[in-house]
Amino acid sequence: MNAGILDFERKILELETKLDELRSLSKLQDTDFSSEIRKMHKKLNTLKRDTFSKLNRWQRTQLARHPARPYALDYIREIVPDFIELHGDRAFGDGPSIVAGFGTMDERSVMFIGIHKGRDVKEKMYRNFGMPHPEGYRKALRCMRLAEKFGHPIITLLDTPGAYPGIGAEERGQAEAIAHNLKDMASITVPIISVVTGEGGSGGALALGVGNRVLMLENSVYSVISPEGCAAILWKDQTKVEEAAEAMALTSRDMHANGLVDEVVREPVGGAHRDPVLAAHILRRALRRNLVELERLSKGELVKQRRAKFRKMGTFMEQPA
Amino acid sequence: MSWFTKKKIPLGKSERRGGVPEGLFLKCEGCGEMVYAAEFEANWRVCKKCGKHHTMPARRRIMLLIDEGSFEEADADMQAVDVLKFKDTKRYRDRIKSAQKESGEMDAIVCGNGNLDGYPVEIAAFEFGFMGGSMGAVVGEKITRTIERAVNNRAAVIIVSCSGGARMQEGAFSLMQMAKTSAALAELEEAGLPYLSVLAHPTAGGVTASFAMLGDVIIAEPDALICFAGPRVIEQTIRQKLPEGFQKSEFLVEHGFVDIIVKRDELKASIASLLRHMGTKMARRVSPANA
Repeated sequence: MNAGILDFERKILELETKLDELRSLSKLQDTDFSSEIRKMHKKLNTLKRDTFSKLNRWQRTQLARHPARPYALDYIREIVPDFIELHGDRAFGDGPSIVAGFGTMDERSVMFIGIHKGRDVKEKMYRNFGMPHPEGYRKALRCMRLAEKFGHPIITLLDTPGAYPGIGAEERGQAEAIAHNLKDMASITVPIISVVTGEGGSGGALALGVGNRVLMLENSVYSVISPEGCAAILWKDQTKVEEAAEAMALTSRDMHANGLVDEVVREPVGGAHRDPVLAAHILRRALRRNLVELERLSKGELVKQRRAKFRKMGTFMEQPA
Repeated sequence: MSWFTKKKIPLGKSERRGGVPEGLFLKCEGCGEMVYAAEFEANWRVCKKCGKHHTMPARRRIMLLIDEGSFEEADADMQAVDVLKFKDTKRYRDRIKSAQKESGEMDAIVCGNGNLDGYPVEIAAFEFGFMGGSMGAVVGEKITRTIERAVNNRAAVIIVSCSGGARMQEGAFSLMQMAKTSAALAELEEAGLPYLSVLAHPTAGGVTASFAMLGDVIIAEPDALICFAGPRVIEQTIRQKLPEGFQKSEFLVEHGFVDIIVKRDELKASIASLLRHMGTKMARRVSPANA
């Protein structure tokens, strides 16, 4: 998986290739390169740690959008191998940018709902690059209601550039679909855990993000508008993406420091795409821990806790200046 | 003019903005005709020639809808905080200051309670002249409190939206106001109280995609742009011109997302006649004559 290598990944990948070569060479020639290998391995780890602890917010955004990054279905299939997908909003269509269905996690049924970008060109087209149409959001809500009916918790995975801005989407009420989800998610009586796995693209992500717990993967971002959009509007210059990303404080660490998400979930060194199975495993552990905590709350407490959590968000002054 | 009981800023000051010069005549944004300013104001900023509904400052909007002498402003002193120390070509804190100066308002919304034809209502009206009516934490909080007061006082909620959407300078704090306000509306619904959403030109982005689209009844002013993504963004995405009238009030009625289009001079009467049917859980109506 070396599609779309990012600038700051290049040095690491070069060193990794060298290390591999040295390893195979040592096997072939039966010479002892072990001290060189050890040295290089150490160097590689230092380089990785250095690079990934120093990424700026725009680089972090690029990592969140990495073409090799695991998508919703990659996580879901790893976490619940018996995932059974459900389709359709029962009104217009399916909205394949969003996947939803039941799966079993530690012997309990869970409703998984995720925004899925798609891996190859064909799938990307089918998934509309993870930019949902209204029917996707309506399907998601329908499936949340279904989970609620049977008392099963809901886990939502958010990874979208944003809700799709197109003619059909507007005609079918993109705004209404998002708004409806925001309001109804506030009243659902089963636990909801939302995880930003990649791009948390504004209202298009939040429409599945009203959780009792909101988690962010380490290299994910969450923002009110894309850095490109922000640069175009406020700087009137689309190249000012780095400045825009810095200004918006969109990384998992920023969001956690600002009290807008509850937890940052660690990723394998170098990002989830370097070891998708491990990334899913770490996520699974975080989900399990949060589920166990939330399952102690009654229906009423769950609704109350979720509403109170979002009620507190926002900073302002009240005294006359 | 002591019409507003808790008014902080003289009305005259805020009336000066909204693209309306102080001269005797001004140009209609619809037909381009010169109109007599006093007459234009008396006609609630609707052009008598072409019927174009011009942007209206929040306090004028409240004056249009609320019975004279009954308005009591709430949270008048609430101000934005530059949490992110946001700076684009200009510092956010400077933008706030100049917007306050220009609009005469503390932020992009004016809220309070009053009577509408005698019905007890909690009203929130957007001030488009303040950073395009954008929603940050102040707007989100004031709307949420408006809804909460309605639940406590058994009043109807009326929100007049006129906004470009979420305020980018407050980053994800702005985004979360969508969830906060929508959750408050869930509580209003449980209380069985009515919410009338009035959409003025323009209503876009995160405002449309939260409380604006959640009215029990949604009323739009004629020819208002009401959208999630703005026309420019869509044109850039799909690389084609949009059809005439796309995302305008009439288009939304046609597609089932707006109940009625009401002209400004009929707005108060229309809301009153709706409240007659929707006020079973509301506190008692006072006789408008006694107000």
